[in-house]
Amino acid sequence: MTLSEVVKVDGNAGDFNVTVKESPRYVDMDKCIACGACTDKCPKKVDSEYDAATGKRKAIYVKYAQAVPLKYQIDPNACIRLKKPGACGLCEKACDAGAINFNDTEKMHEINVGAVILAPGFEAYDPTDAGVWGYGTNKNVITAMQLERYLSASGPTEGHLVRPSDGKPVRKLAFLQCIGSRDENLCGNGYCSSVCCMYAIKEAVIAKDHVPGLKASIFYMDMRTHGKDFDMYLERAKNESGVRFVRCRVNGVETDGEGGDCRLSYVNEDGRQLEEFYDMVVLSVGLQTPKHVLELAKTADIKLTADNFAATSDFAPVQTSREGIFTCGAISGPKDIPQSVVEGSAAAAAVADLLSPSRHNLTTEPTFPAEKDISNEDPRIGVFVCHCGSNIAGVVDVKAVEEYAQTLPNVVYVERNLFSCSQDTQDMITKRIQEQNLNRIVIAACTPRTHEPLFRETLKAAGLNEYLVEMANIRNHNSWVHIQDPKNATAKAKDLVRMAAAKVTFGDSLTPISVPITQTALVIGGGVAGMTSALNLAEQGFDVHLVEQTDTLGGNALNLKHTWAGEHVPTEVAKLVDKVLWNEKIILHKEARVTAVEGFVGNFHSTISTKDGKSKVIDHGAGIIATGGEVFIPQEYNYDNITRVVTSVQFDKLFELKERHVRIAKKFVFIQCVGSREGDNMYCSKVCCTHSVQSAIALKQERPDRNVYILYRDMRTYGQREALYRQARKLGVIFINYELHGKPKVTEDGDIITVEVWDHVLHRPLKIECDLVILATAIRPMPDAADLGKLYKVPVDGHGFFQEAHAKLRPVDFSTDGMFVAGLAHYPKPIEESVAQALAAAARAATLLAKTSISLDAIKATVDENYCDGCALCVDVCPYGAITLVDRAEGKGQIIRVNKAQCKGCGLCQGTCPKRGVFVAGFTMKQISAQIQAALAV
Amino acid sequence: MLDTKKVGSVMIVGGGVTGMQAALDLADSGYYVYLVEKSGAIGGAMAQLDKTFPTNDCSM
Repeated sequence: MTLSEVVKVDGNAGDFNVTVKESPRYVDMDKCIACGACTDKCPKKVDSEYDAATGKRKAIYVKYAQAVPLKYQIDPNACIRLKKPGACGLCEKACDAGAINFNDTEKMHEINVGAVILAPGFEAYDPTDAGVWGYGTNKNVITAMQLERYLSASGPTEGHLVRPSDGKPVRKLAFLQCIGSRDENLCGNGYCSSVCCMYAIKEAVIAKDHVPGLKASIFYMDMRTHGKDFDMYLERAKNESGVRFVRCRVNGVETDGEGGDCRLSYVNEDGRQLEEFYDMVVLSVGLQTPKHVLELAKTADIKLTADNFAATSDFAPVQTSREGIFTCGAISGPKDIPQSVVEGSAAAAAVADLLSPSRHNLTTEPTFPAEKDISNEDPRIGVFVCHCGSNIAGVVDVKAVEEYAQTLPNVVYVERNLFSCSQDTQDMITKRIQEQNLNRIVIAACTPRTHEPLFRETLKAAGLNEYLVEMANIRNHNSWVHIQDPKNATAKAKDLVRMAAAKVTFGDSLTPISVPITQTALVIGGGVAGMTSALNLAEQGFDVHLVEQTDTLGGNALNLKHTWAGEHVPTEVAKLVDKVLWNEKIILHKEARVTAVEGFVGNFHSTISTKDGKSKVIDHGAGIIATGGEVFIPQEYNYDNITRVVTSVQFDKLFELKERHVRIAKKFVFIQCVGSREGDNMYCSKVCCTHSVQSAIALKQERPDRNVYILYRDMRTYGQREALYRQARKLGVIFINYELHGKPKVTEDGDIITVEVWDHVLHRPLKIECDLVILATAIRPMPDAADLGKLYKVPVDGHGFFQEAHAKLRPVDFSTDGMFVAGLAHYPKPIEESVAQALAAAARAATLLAKTSISLDAIKATVDENYCDGCALCVDVCPYGAITLVDRAEGKGQIIRVNKAQCKGCGLCQGTCPKRGVFVAGFTMKQISAQIQAALAV
Repeated sequence: MLDTKKVGSVMIVGGGVTGMQAALDLADSGYYVYLVEKSGAIGGAMAQLDKTFPTNDCSM
């Protein structure tokens, strides 16, 4: 439902009545085929929201070229006709499909749902009102989103980086961080927006790729690159791309001269006032909750935090204050893409938990008529040539293509359609297949990437096997790219149709492969992440085996006292353990490990062995790896030699027990990044800055006369944690920055411990005499992670953490289907992120477990027993590990076997095989060679 | 809670990456989903990005 907003939420969890207001689109979605004729004729231009006002759009427009749904809309605030009845109306005349409807009206919908998920996102901070950045007055000061659009090939300059003021190429580019973040004075947003450091680095690197010789500088306070692989990217940006990083806070941007040069003034780390000039300045603007979302929060009656984000608990990060209403994404705090995607799945898990009794109640499976057997019929090909409005017909002589198609072998029926994809044409094609007794279809239209699934459904509706269709792409590959050359475009369209007809002639009916699913899950690891996953799946109604290698549930959380938001960890963990122990769907295996694995998605067989030497095989359809991480034991800073040098976990215990040394100590020094962000461990452990700041606050609150120092490299109290950093400074905690090349030195002389660190402001080493040194030590992966990974064929990264399938879009999936990851096993993270990931992994596993079988595409590799001689060349090239070498029956050599559940039909095996011993269904040698011969035979 | 009504459908407000992920996971696990989007098309902020870390993949 597009152009729609929620205006009322009545009812309770499980049974809400939501009122949705749908604004008029003024374009009939069923008729619009997005040909673009309307927009060409529309005389009204306004700033494009999609291009962040760097470019223009018309009053009738699509948001962007790949928009879903790809349907035009009229902006009532810009349209001449809608403002003045009787005027303009050019789009209506231009629209062949008759889709324009100026009389469209607002509609109200009452919808009954069991749960609501709020995912309305964020808005970028608008720096206009702040004044000091020159935004709005100097055209060469832009926001980061505007730079994204300038760098994009689909943007207003097609990826060329030029100055908006005079079109001159940009040679010097500056990024200013924390605009609209960490700044209570100018914008009122005290929190850190979490994502700006990383996007600025990415944009700087890409800008340098676009413009050879470009000088890019990033002016920042703390470099907050705390996510997975972010620090490695930072190092590459510094050392390989040559991006310059300047630690300071810029006072403001002034315009210098008529060309719009930007003058920056700032105080550097040595305390000197400096001035620099740039062609363009990019403001790394923060994320904030838009006004309409504040209203939505009011409508939904949910509580917000002081920073105006949805209030959630660290142990239920997608649950709002109102039962049955959940959140995901930036509404509950600024976050990046992977975390937003994780929360999307997590919210799905939370909803599934609530609504599990009603699963499958409202969903239906489509039904189709019985399939006709065509194996003994001669090919009877039907060719449908699409005009696509004027998209194809405006360039290609479609009538000539139609006539040509009639001359092709086996073609018995040809027809032209204005829009082959429209519903009425679909019905017509179905009718023609039956009337003309067609058994092979060629659609000469657009790309199979977007439209093949649609035409497959059409064939199914006509009782024909869905694989008997071939698409000839005479639009994207032809009329669009040869718009200047209609004659040759027409000739090429004929070639493409001839090739498609030749290929489909040898097409076979194929049956999608069905793989049964064992509706049971295996969760490895009994920490917070593992328990959360197990519990959610059990609440959803699935049987779960939970494997824990120690004799205690709780994992690393047993070492923790409070979350960053102040929730009491032991209480929450105890509750979680209780729920797990009492849930009859969860079978707990303590002091057990996975020692062998067989099978694949839907059908895993994992052997678990217990300490007493017993082992058993568990059948499961999906698996979640939540094996956690471990605390790094340091050697530096004299940790081994000085008793009063302790790790943060040790300090927490001593502090809680009111141990004498801590009680009487007056001076405390925290050293950050111990074992993180250096050498082979170039990653941030993410939780240590916040942990030390929290400890420092506790020390100061207990006795304000204590001196507490935190020696840090970049203070990474990201997101709403920034409030803790502010509080610590207010309480008088002293923060001293050090660089990797000037690490602190810790020595002991009698009762006195001395920490020596370089003081940037005073330009001399600073010696701090103290009573206790606390090392903020890293989180390390489990040493046996790679071994477990090998069993399930899932990889670990260079640091030893498990590697997800895709950093952004599949953050809890493994590349091995049916396996998922959560918690510290994936990367260091705080509890609420572990819980979100654990819920997400459960949701992803549930998408499999909710079905009794999965249907897989029939495009799979198949062995030809007559030709395969077991040379095994294909075994090595298969990227999915789907091919194995087995003995033939009766000891007659070897042959390959393809696991169809693992095969993705990529065809590498077929390309590699020297003997034609393996082929991919739908792309047989016969089909491809017929297609090639048709291409060459003119 | 057994006697309370549980409707097997969900409304998701917002069609960005996070809303779409929630919608897909719920639809794939047997729930009817209403995806409500304020603008004319789904995709959200990510669709505006040129390339994304770490692979510099096009965001589209």
